[in-house]
Amino acid sequence: MSDDLYREQILEHYKNPHHFGELADADITQEGDNPLCGDVITLYLKLDDGRVGDVRFRGRGCAISQASASMLTDMIVGKPVQQLKVFPTRDLLDELGIQISPARMKCATLSVNTLRVALDGESQEED
Amino acid sequence: MIDARPLNAQAIQADFPILARQIHGKPLIYLDSAATSQKPAPVIDAMDDYYRRYNANPHRGVYALSEEATAAYESARRRVASFINASSVKEVIFTRNTTEAINLVRYSWGRANIKAGDRILLTEMEHHSNLVPWQLLAQEVGARLEFLCIDDDGLLLLDGLERKLEGVKLLAITHQSNTLGTINPIKAIAAAARRAGALTLVDGAQAVPHMPVDVQDLGVDFYAFSGHKMCGPTGVGVLWARRALLEAMPPFLGGGDMIKRVKLTEASWNDLPWKFEAGTPSVAEGIGLGAAVDYLSQFGMDSVRAHERTLVDYAMEKLQEVTGITIYGPKDPELHGGAISFTLPNIHPHDLATLIDREGIAVRAGHHCTQPLMERLGVPATTRASFYLYNRPEEVDQLVTGIQKAQKVFA
Repeated sequence: MSDDLYREQILEHYKNPHHFGELADADITQEGDNPLCGDVITLYLKLDDGRVGDVRFRGRGCAISQASASMLTDMIVGKPVQQLKVFPTRDLLDELGIQISPARMKCATLSVNTLRVALDGESQEED
Repeated sequence: MIDARPLNAQAIQADFPILARQIHGKPLIYLDSAATSQKPAPVIDAMDDYYRRYNANPHRGVYALSEEATAAYESARRRVASFINASSVKEVIFTRNTTEAINLVRYSWGRANIKAGDRILLTEMEHHSNLVPWQLLAQEVGARLEFLCIDDDGLLLLDGLERKLEGVKLLAITHQSNTLGTINPIKAIAAAARRAGALTLVDGAQAVPHMPVDVQDLGVDFYAFSGHKMCGPTGVGVLWARRALLEAMPPFLGGGDMIKRVKLTEASWNDLPWKFEAGTPSVAEGIGLGAAVDYLSQFGMDSVRAHERTLVDYAMEKLQEVTGITIYGPKDPELHGGAISFTLPNIHPHDLATLIDREGIAVRAGHHCTQPLMERLGVPATTRASFYLYNRPEEVDQLVTGIQKAQKVFA
């Protein structure tokens, strides 16, 4: 784990987010927000034979929340919905690769929590 | 400003043990006093002394320790009463904080006096603690909430105030905005409310710590504030109210200490102020608040206000050096208390606060418990730097340097 909260990869995802935008023919559109921080994202999922065929997101918020959403889209595209219903929060935190303080955990996990709601998955304890 | 002696913030910092700390290897620069102030050694010592030498339940025991505890606790109340120029010590009710003081009025005065169809007037800049209690009361009894709006500088729009006050039962308003720093003209507004037959409740959480407050001169009816924002401890706050109102109000919490005589099915109430203080009070905290009042009084609140006015004036000018910054709140430092909110393009307030924390600088990022105000400003969050008597202009310089360093990370 790097101690540098704003390492290059996170800033790169924040400035040039992957899969940013909307899907006009999305099967699932799910909004998520942290009222405490004002971070918001909307996930657009196009399903294809039980898998996530395509994904986009729109959002506004801090670098941690938006970079995490961008990274998540890379991680879920092409994956089976059944598998994503239990997508481990830990996998996304590992991908972020930084120490997340308790105060910023809600920012880091906004995207994966929104995915879980979108797919009607089970909630997970955050660590 | 009269009687405002300049403060020596450097010397004052030495009174606050925590300000000697290092954060991430840098000297702590504490710019979040609007959230909670730091505590000087005399306050910490007064509470420590109580626990070490005369801890006992006040108002009950007839032994020496309890008498000492009672004397110290009630002496703190007298000093608080004098600090805000209450006409009687019986008008000073100790609560847990500002929020509890406002909720006391909601439950006791509000339920007895606000009926279906009545109107309560608030402002767009209220902290949630002076908004949500009135939403709950309005939902409970079927009353209506109305709001005074603000202009783009964060000043209340007071044109037509007389008309807006017509038929209003209660005006609940903040003395100083915790987010924008706006100092509201309470005396004039309360006079208008009185002419219209409305009572005025003031949220003074951001005012009593930072400027002279004279509740009689302001001409208000209820005034609430917290100990922990004025160099005192958490867990103690104050509701001041006119004695006649308090006499007529039903009790808030029931229990020990607030009663005179109790039978199995009924009870009669203690005299003021204890009628509103059920259960063992926060004794150490009350004593700590008394010590905080003594601490602030040695400088004089005119001097504290003048010091913060100078800092705000300097910070408003200095922050202009930051490329792209938007500063909220009044431009006139006379109307702008010691809190400045701002936003930057391309850096979210949380990222900025995290980055400058690495420089040892503590600022607040978020909605500051004023979500409707954030909506009015059209931003999800702001960064807020807030000042107190221990802050120095050099710390403003370091804040600006820290912000510029953060901008390089995000460039």
